[in-house]
Amino acid sequence: MSRGQLAPTPHDPDDRGHFGPWGGRYMPEALIAAVDELAAFYEKARIDPEFLDEFFRLLRDYAGRPSLLTEAPKFAAHAGGARIFLKREDLNHTGSHKINNVLGQALLTKRMGKKRVIAETGAGQHGVATATACALMGLDCVIYMGEVDTERQALNVARMRLLGAEVIPVKTGSRTLKDAINEALRDWVANVDDTHYLLGTAAGPHPFPVLVRDFHRVIGIEARAQVLEQAGRLPDVVAACVGGGSNAIGIFHGFIDDPSVRLVGLEPGGDGIDTDRHGATLTVGTPGSLHGAMSYVMQDEDGQIREAHSISAGLDYPGVGPEHAHLKDTGRAEYRPVTDAEAMEAFALLSRTEGIIPAIESSHALAGALVLGRELGPDGLIVVNLSGRGDKDMDTAIKWFGLGVES
Amino acid sequence: MSRLAGVFEACRAESRAALIGYLPAGYPTVDGSKDVLRAMVGSGCDVVEVGLPYSDPVMDGPTIQRASERALREGFRVRDLFGIVESVAAAGGRAVVMTYWNPVLKYGADAFARDLAAAGGLGLITPDLVPDEAEEWLAASEAHDLDRIFLVAPSSTEERIDLNARSSRGFLYATSVMGVTGARDVVSSAAPELVRRVREHTTMPVAVGLGVRSGAQAAELAAFADGVIVGSAFVTAVETDTVAALATELAEGVRQVPSPA
Repeated sequence: MSRGQLAPTPHDPDDRGHFGPWGGRYMPEALIAAVDELAAFYEKARIDPEFLDEFFRLLRDYAGRPSLLTEAPKFAAHAGGARIFLKREDLNHTGSHKINNVLGQALLTKRMGKKRVIAETGAGQHGVATATACALMGLDCVIYMGEVDTERQALNVARMRLLGAEVIPVKTGSRTLKDAINEALRDWVANVDDTHYLLGTAAGPHPFPVLVRDFHRVIGIEARAQVLEQAGRLPDVVAACVGGGSNAIGIFHGFIDDPSVRLVGLEPGGDGIDTDRHGATLTVGTPGSLHGAMSYVMQDEDGQIREAHSISAGLDYPGVGPEHAHLKDTGRAEYRPVTDAEAMEAFALLSRTEGIIPAIESSHALAGALVLGRELGPDGLIVVNLSGRGDKDMDTAIKWFGLGVES
Repeated sequence: MSRLAGVFEACRAESRAALIGYLPAGYPTVDGSKDVLRAMVGSGCDVVEVGLPYSDPVMDGPTIQRASERALREGFRVRDLFGIVESVAAAGGRAVVMTYWNPVLKYGADAFARDLAAAGGLGLITPDLVPDEAEEWLAASEAHDLDRIFLVAPSSTEERIDLNARSSRGFLYATSVMGVTGARDVVSSAAPELVRRVREHTTMPVAVGLGVRSGAQAAELAAFADGVIVGSAFVTAVETDTVAALATELAEGVRQVPSPA
């Protein structure tokens, strides 16, 4: 594993967190001191050998890194014959990429002398990862989760409670991820002295988009070395799903300085972007401020934030991290929508052809790869970030495919 | 020159604090909110804060969240705000608007300032816009001669208190407890300390908010602040049809000569 993962890069935002016109801090004054403190601790930690040693020891000995890069030839046969490699974040401890970020932020929490951690969760992957890190490090943990999500991800609620976290179902607004973030922010304003808000995606006010990205850069660094070793060349495309955008920004950064590699983010297209039930923020959103940063958001003509819709709770978010807005504008990355139906088809196809059950979030990236493979033809080479495993999605799969026991 | 300077000077001349009452626009309905705001003005609010209902009110507690949700459900649109402000001005009241930043951004900062000023509004309170990101708003508010009210909190450093004071015009909004809006039984002891710190940086009036619901609490804050802000308690009073009585009680509160501690 590279220890340069957290080092400053030419792609960092300015010192107030702006990636071009995006990012910054659209935040209550009451929280500015806390994000300033976090930024100061992070700037020291990212170049502190002791912090880096501890972080990398945890990634290796606790999370199980490096994660594998697995070629998926039988799946790829459905993608026009292009070669497809899967970056196996599903094999990490707790079953997704989320563990990278929570271990990093939990270490920072201890450095700041705070004893209590709060977090939001959509699918429950970030909540489970946060509850895990808090159990490991002896921190109090409160997870805010939209009531709708607690119902569709009941297994993860049980996991978090078993790990010692308090799970609070959020009953306001659309009762999904954005409302869980609102409630976590309210908690943070009231308890900022002893509490760290362990944000789960590369969004929010500065420095979250940078530090969450950096804790996930390990995905791209490993994937680049692995694909060079296994395929003997760089991929044509790196594909990842984008809700808030943390797994995508982590793997993109491994290839961002390789101009021949196309970076493609797959957004939740829900019922289709010609309907009002989707979450394709970068495809059809407009500039706005949400949860502390300027980025693309889904909003009506009054600037009221719209509800997102996706079969995947983890992508069901009407905003997106500001660095993705910047990468879209500069053209360095491209973003496409994938419908619920396309994602579920890819979910079933990977399960059947390769014996790997992906998270529905990651299935959006897989569905994108099927299309991209056909575009590239048989000489194409694609790395897909398989950001999580699908065990948590069985209830959704049972309903979608009618997998239940017949009565 | 601040649009609100006159009211704070008049209150100071009476050795009292100004009473600032808050209500979400469109709550319980657009016309209903005009009636409630007129009652607040008629019963002693020196200034009214007209809130813009927003889908993601991260600084608000359950009372104002519910009222905002209801206003949006009833079909409130941003354009309705200006008619509501106009009706306050027509009733002889002084209105400022309190809003999260995104609706202003979407409307266009300059267009919003223009339409607010044209409706007779005097300024804008921006709970999730800090001066660091407010370049566009500083320009628009200057161009249309509106006051800008930024917030300070107990967690604000001296540098940030200074920045917020220098960037504000009209008054400075001090959040007296760490937390979101909502009436509380006990007004925090952090408030006098915060106001003391603010006064080391500015002579601008300082109004204190978050948690006030009774005349006695208003009197307590009036002893050291230039303005007392009351929000959630007015929303609750709408439900029980006691708005005028609450305003009267609070107006008496800000006029009480504080008893020596």
